[in-house]
Amino acid sequence: MQLSGWGRYPSSESRLIEPATQGVVSEQLAALRAQSSCLISRGAGRSYGDAALAPVVLTSKHLDNFIALESNQDGSATLRCAAGATLDEILRLIVPRGFFLPVLPGTAHVSVGGAIAADIHGKNHHLDGCFSEHVESLTLLLADGSIRECNRDKDRPLFEATCGGMGLTGIVLDATLRLTRIAGPLIDNRTYIANSLQECLELFAEHAAAPYSVAWIDCLSSGQHLGRSVLFLGEHSQVVPDKKRDRSRRTISVPFTTPGWLLNKHTMNVFNTLYFKRQKMRSEANLMHYQQYFFPLDAIANWNRLYGKNGFIQYQLVLPEMSAAQGLTQILKKVSEAGKGSFLAVLKQLGAANNNPLSFPLAGYTLTLDFKMEKSLLPLLNELDAILTDHGGRLYLAKDARMSEATFKAGYPRWEEFMEIKAAVDPDNLFTSKLAERLGLSA
Amino acid sequence: MNIVIIGANSAIAKASARLYAGQGHDFVLSGRNAAALSELEADLKVRGAGRIALLPLDILNTHEHSVLVDNIEQACEQIDLVLICHGSLPDQERCESDFELVQQELIINGTSVVSLAGRLANVLKKQQHGTLAVVTSVAGDRGRQPNYVYGAAKSLASTYLQGLRGRLLPYNVHVIDIKPGLVDSPMTAQFDKGPLWASPEQVARKILRAVSKKQHTVYAPGYWRLIMFVVRSIPDFFFKRLKF
Repeated sequence: MQLSGWGRYPSSESRLIEPATQGVVSEQLAALRAQSSCLISRGAGRSYGDAALAPVVLTSKHLDNFIALESNQDGSATLRCAAGATLDEILRLIVPRGFFLPVLPGTAHVSVGGAIAADIHGKNHHLDGCFSEHVESLTLLLADGSIRECNRDKDRPLFEATCGGMGLTGIVLDATLRLTRIAGPLIDNRTYIANSLQECLELFAEHAAAPYSVAWIDCLSSGQHLGRSVLFLGEHSQVVPDKKRDRSRRTISVPFTTPGWLLNKHTMNVFNTLYFKRQKMRSEANLMHYQQYFFPLDAIANWNRLYGKNGFIQYQLVLPEMSAAQGLTQILKKVSEAGKGSFLAVLKQLGAANNNPLSFPLAGYTLTLDFKMEKSLLPLLNELDAILTDHGGRLYLAKDARMSEATFKAGYPRWEEFMEIKAAVDPDNLFTSKLAERLGLSA
Repeated sequence: MNIVIIGANSAIAKASARLYAGQGHDFVLSGRNAAALSELEADLKVRGAGRIALLPLDILNTHEHSVLVDNIEQACEQIDLVLICHGSLPDQERCESDFELVQQELIINGTSVVSLAGRLANVLKKQQHGTLAVVTSVAGDRGRQPNYVYGAAKSLASTYLQGLRGRLLPYNVHVIDIKPGLVDSPMTAQFDKGPLWASPEQVARKILRAVSKKQHTVYAPGYWRLIMFVVRSIPDFFFKRLKF
C-alpha cells in the first residue's frame, strides 16, 4: 500500500506487516531475512518524512501492551511497556496515579519505539535532556533474530546507537521508562511577548530555570518585527483540579484533505497576526490542562491534511549557542523574504547534547518551520541548509524528508561511529529506510 | 464485576478488557494463544484489574467447551458479564473450492459461538443475573459476494441470539448483539483502510455503553445501522450484480 510519514511527503509503495504478538514479529523477521528483504519498523507513523518508509514496513501498532508499573519506595516509578504503546495511552494511565513522563514532544500520539528511535526532546530539554535519558532499559530484536536487553550498563554502545538511531539497529520490542511525580494534571503557564528575535533569545536566557519553555515565532514578520514571538513558560501546578477541570479535551478532526491553496502567505499572515495579538491580550499567567499545554495540535486530528494533497515538510534545525542569533536571523530573513512561512513556527532553547551518536539536540536553539510542499520549496530549503551548515547546525532526522547526504554528514560528525555499531549487529543491512538510503546510512 | 471474555486475544476483546480493567473489575480470560493471554493479563493488571484467571482454549475443540464452562464457573462465584469475541476472517476465494475450510470457519464464527453462548446462557439463567454480549458482524446482515461464508456464520450467531434473548428475559439475563463494521485490527491487516474504518477502542466504548444501558443490537460505530439498512433494502435483482 501507499505509505507516507506525517508530512505526507514523500510516499512510497510498501508492504505493511502488522504483527499482533512479539512471536509474530520474530517469525516475520526470520522470513524477511531468508528472502534478504530489507525492512524498517514503524510506530505511530508520526515521523514527518521518510524515516519509516521502506519496501517492507513492520508496524508496532498492535504491540501496545503495558508490562509492569512499579512504584519504588522513594516515590518514583518505572513503567515497562511494549514499543507500540503511545505516550497518550501512557499518560492516561499514569497521570491519575500521580506520575508523568519526564520528556514529552509536541504530540502525544507517538509510540515509545518511535520516541526512542528519534530520541525525542521536549519543552524541558534544557534541564532534563532527551527521552533516552529516562529510558532505563530496552529490549531489542536484532537482525539475526536474537533478542537483546540493553541499557547504560549492558551493551551501552548499542543502547546509545539505538536511541536516536531511527530504527536502523533493530526492532525495539519493549522499554522500561522512568516516571516523575506530579501533584495533578495542570500546568502553570506564563506568557511573555517578545517583539524581536533578540528579545526572545534574551527571555530564554533569563528564564533558563523554568521547567518548560517554548516560543511561538511569527516567521512571516520582517524588518524590525523579524522574529516577534510569544514565550510560554510552564511548570507543574500543585493545584489539584476538581473533576470538571480534569476532563480531557474533545478533539475535532479534519475529515478530508483540504485544497493546498487555502494555506498561503496571506491566510497565514492573517492567522499569525491575530494569534500574536490574541496572546498579547491574554492574561500573563494561567492554569492549563497538560494536554492543552503540551499537545495543542492534538486537538485537531489529522491536521496534516490542511496542507493539501502534496503534503508539507517540517524543517527543524538546531544551531549551537555561539552562532544561534546570527544563524537564526539569516534563516528567518530568507524565509520571510520567500514569503513561505507557516503558522506555528516554534523556537526552543536546548541543553547539552547527550552521548548518542545520532541524537539531534545540542546546546543552542532549535527552530521548527512547516512549509507546504511545492516545487519552489526545495531550492529554498537547500539555501537554508547551507546557512545551517555554515553555522555548525543540523537537522532533525525525525522531521527530515529531503536533506542531502553531505548536509547530514556535516551536521552529524559521529555518523561513522554509528555505522560501526550498526555493522556489528546488522552486517547485511536488514534494517534500512528511505531516509537511511538517502543519507548514506545503509552502505 | 466478574467479566468472562472468550476470544480475549482479539483486538476488540483486548480493547474492551482494557477499559473495564481501568474500573478495577475481575476477569476470566479465554483464548487460544496462552503467551498472548499472559501478556494481556499483565497489561490489565497495570491498568488496575483485580483478579484474573486464564483459561487457554482452542475454540475449534468444541468437545472441550463444556469443560471450559465448568472451569469458568469454578473461577468465579457469580458471572456478571460474558463477552464472546472470537472470530476469524476467511479467504472467500479459498472457501469457494475448499469445503473443509468453510466448515472450520462456520465452526469458529457460527456454531462455536452458539455452543458457548448457549452453555454460558444456562449458567446466567441459573444465577438469574448477568449480561451476555456477543460480537458478531455487519457482514451477517446480508450475504455479499466477497465474504458470504463469514457473513453466513455471523448471521447464524445473530439469529440465535435473537431467540436466546427472549428465552432469557424472564430470568433477568440480558443478551446483546454487537455488530462492528470495518475494524482496523490484525484480522484485517491486508486491507487498505479508508474513512469508514474504526479502531477497536471505538468499538469497545460502544460495547461498554451497550452493557451499561442494556441495549439489544448495537452497530459499532453507529453509522453502520444506516449503511446496513440501505444494504438490506437493495432488491435482489440489483444486489446480485454488486461486487462489494
